[in-house]
Amino acid sequence: MTIIREDFREILRLVRPSSRVLDVGCGEGALLDLLAHEKQIDGRGLELSASGVAACMARGLSVVQGDADQDLDHFPDRSFDYAVLSQTLQATRNPRHVLNELLRIAERAIVSFPNFGHWRVRWSLLSRGRMPETKALPLPWWSTPNIHLCTLADFMALIEDLDLRVDACAAFAGQGAARPIDPTKAVENWRAESCLFMLSRNGGPAIGEPSPGSGDLFDG
Amino acid sequence: MAALDLITPAGGGTWRFPENEPLRLDSGAVLEGLEIGYQTYGELNADKSNAILICHALTGDQFVASPHPTTGKPGWWLRMIGPGKPLDPQKHFIICSNVIGGCMGSTGPASINPATGKAYGLSFPVITIADMVRAQAMLVKALGIETLFAVIGGSMGGMQAQQWAVDYPERLFSAVILASASRHSAQNIAFHEVGRQAIMADPDWRGGAYADHGVQPGKGLAVARMAAHITYLSEPALQRKFGRELKRDGLSWGFDADFQVESYLRHQGASFVDRFDANSYLYITRATDYFDIADAHGGVLAKAFTRARNVRFCVLSFTSDWLYPTAESRHLVRALTAAGAKAAFVEIESDKGHDAFLLDEPVMDSALAGFLSSAERDRGLA
Repeated sequence: MTIIREDFREILRLVRPSSRVLDVGCGEGALLDLLAHEKQIDGRGLELSASGVAACMARGLSVVQGDADQDLDHFPDRSFDYAVLSQTLQATRNPRHVLNELLRIAERAIVSFPNFGHWRVRWSLLSRGRMPETKALPLPWWSTPNIHLCTLADFMALIEDLDLRVDACAAFAGQGAARPIDPTKAVENWRAESCLFMLSRNGGPAIGEPSPGSGDLFDG
Repeated sequence: MAALDLITPAGGGTWRFPENEPLRLDSGAVLEGLEIGYQTYGELNADKSNAILICHALTGDQFVASPHPTTGKPGWWLRMIGPGKPLDPQKHFIICSNVIGGCMGSTGPASINPATGKAYGLSFPVITIADMVRAQAMLVKALGIETLFAVIGGSMGGMQAQQWAVDYPERLFSAVILASASRHSAQNIAFHEVGRQAIMADPDWRGGAYADHGVQPGKGLAVARMAAHITYLSEPALQRKFGRELKRDGLSWGFDADFQVESYLRHQGASFVDRFDANSYLYITRATDYFDIADAHGGVLAKAFTRARNVRFCVLSFTSDWLYPTAESRHLVRALTAAGAKAAFVEIESDKGHDAFLLDEPVMDSALAGFLSSAERDRGLA
C-alpha cells in the first residue's frame, strides 16, 4: 500500500462522500485520485505546471492549467462543496483574495500552510540571524516560492478579519499523524509545524465538530 | 430513417440528404440535395454508445486514417488512430466527414448546381462552422447515433467541436478541442484575406467560374497555401528545418528558389493545388473568419456553453502555436469553467507551431488517452 500523506489523510477524513471538490495546486492529482477512490467525489483540479496537468489528464482527472491568483475568479459561486489549497497559500500573490475566492467558489475551504511561528523557525532566526531553513521550510530565501509566510496567529487574525469560521483545525509535525488543535491557544503557535484548517463563512451551514480521534467524520 | 439503408455501417462513402430535408444555412439560404462524403472505422456497438466524430481542419478531409484518393498519402491522423492508439477502431466507431463547402465528396462550390447543370462557383451560399456542424449532425443521426461519445477536432475541427457542444449538447458526451479558438482574431482574418486575394487575383479565377472555362487558379491557390503554411509552423521549427540552407551551391542572382525554405513552400503550394478547390478555400476560410461562438450569446462566451455543462471537455494548446495561441484556449477554458462544465486543459510544450496537433507529441497522446479512457469509464464503455 502506498503511503498517504498525513495532511491528505486528514482531508480524506474531513470531506463528505460524493461531494464536489476543487483542488487548487493539485500537482499530479494524488489527492484528487485518493478522494475519488475513497469518497467518490466529483473532483476538479487547478495546477500551474504543465507536467502536473498532463499527469492528471493521463490519469483521467479534470484538471485545468492555471494558478490560484488568476484563475479562481472564473469559477462560478458555490460550484463546489470544498476547495482545497494545500501548502500553497503562502506562495500566492494575494492570499487574502485567494482565501476569499475559495469561499466564494466553495462552501468550505480546506487550507494548509507552514506555521512561521513554530519554535524551530523562531529558534533558527534567533540563533543564526538568518532566514529559517527547517524541515517544513527547506529552501533558502532566494529560491523559496513562499512569498507570504505567516504564523498561526497571523492566520487567525486574517480569518477574524474576513469573518470566517473554523470548522476544523489540525497540526502536523514531520511524518506524525494529525493532531486536532484549538488554534486560538497561544501555545499552538509554538508547537504546530504545519496547520490545516477547514473554514466556512460565518452564517453558513454548520457541521458537527470533528471528533478528537482520527475516525472518519462521515462514517456512520 | 429512410436514409439509414443508404449507408453501410462501416466504411463510408457519400450520404445524400433526404429530399424533404434541405439544409437551412445561417445566411438564410437553403441547400437541397446536399451530399456528404465520409469515412468510418470500426463498428458501432449494440447500444450505439461508442461513436466518435472527428472534425477535420481547414484543408483536411474525411480520409483521417485511410490513403488519400488523389495523393495516395496515408491518412492525416494515422498516428492517433489504430489498435492500441487513443482512437481505436477495435473499441470506437470513428466517423470523419468532409465539411460542406469542401471538395472531397461533400457539396461545395465545385459541385454541380442541379438548377443550372453547372458548377456552383460563387453562387454557392456562404457557409458557417455552425452550418458544417448542422450537416454533420444530420449525418450522425442518419447513421443511427443518438449521442456521440466524443467529438474531436484540431484547429477548424476544434471550432466544430465547440459548435457541437453549443448546438447539440444533449447529443454529446465529450468534446476534445486541440489548437483552436472560439473566435477568429484580426490576425487570423488578415492571413485568410491574403490567401483569398491571391486566389481572386489569379486571372484564371474568372470570377469564381473557372470550372466553366476548364481552367483553375492554381497559381493563386498555391500562393494562398504558401502564406497559410507559414502560419502553421513556428519560427524555430522553420529555422531548424531550413535555416539559410541553399538548394544548390551558391546563389542564382535571380528569383529562382535559392533557399530550401522557398523550394519547400513552392512544393507545398504546388501539391496543394492537385487536391484542393480554390473556391472551397474561399468558402471555408470565410466560415472560420465568421466564427465567433460568443457572438450569438450576447458576446459572453460562458453563456454559449451553459447548456453544455454535462459535456466533458478536453482542451489542449501548444506553446509555439501563434495562429491559435494558448491565450485563446485559456479564454475558452475560463468560459467552460464559468459555465460549470467539466474541463481539462493543458498547454503542451512544443516548438512545432500550430501543426503540432498533427505531429508526434507524446504529451498530447497521453493526455488524450487519459481523458478518453476516463470518459469511457463514465460512459460505461470500459
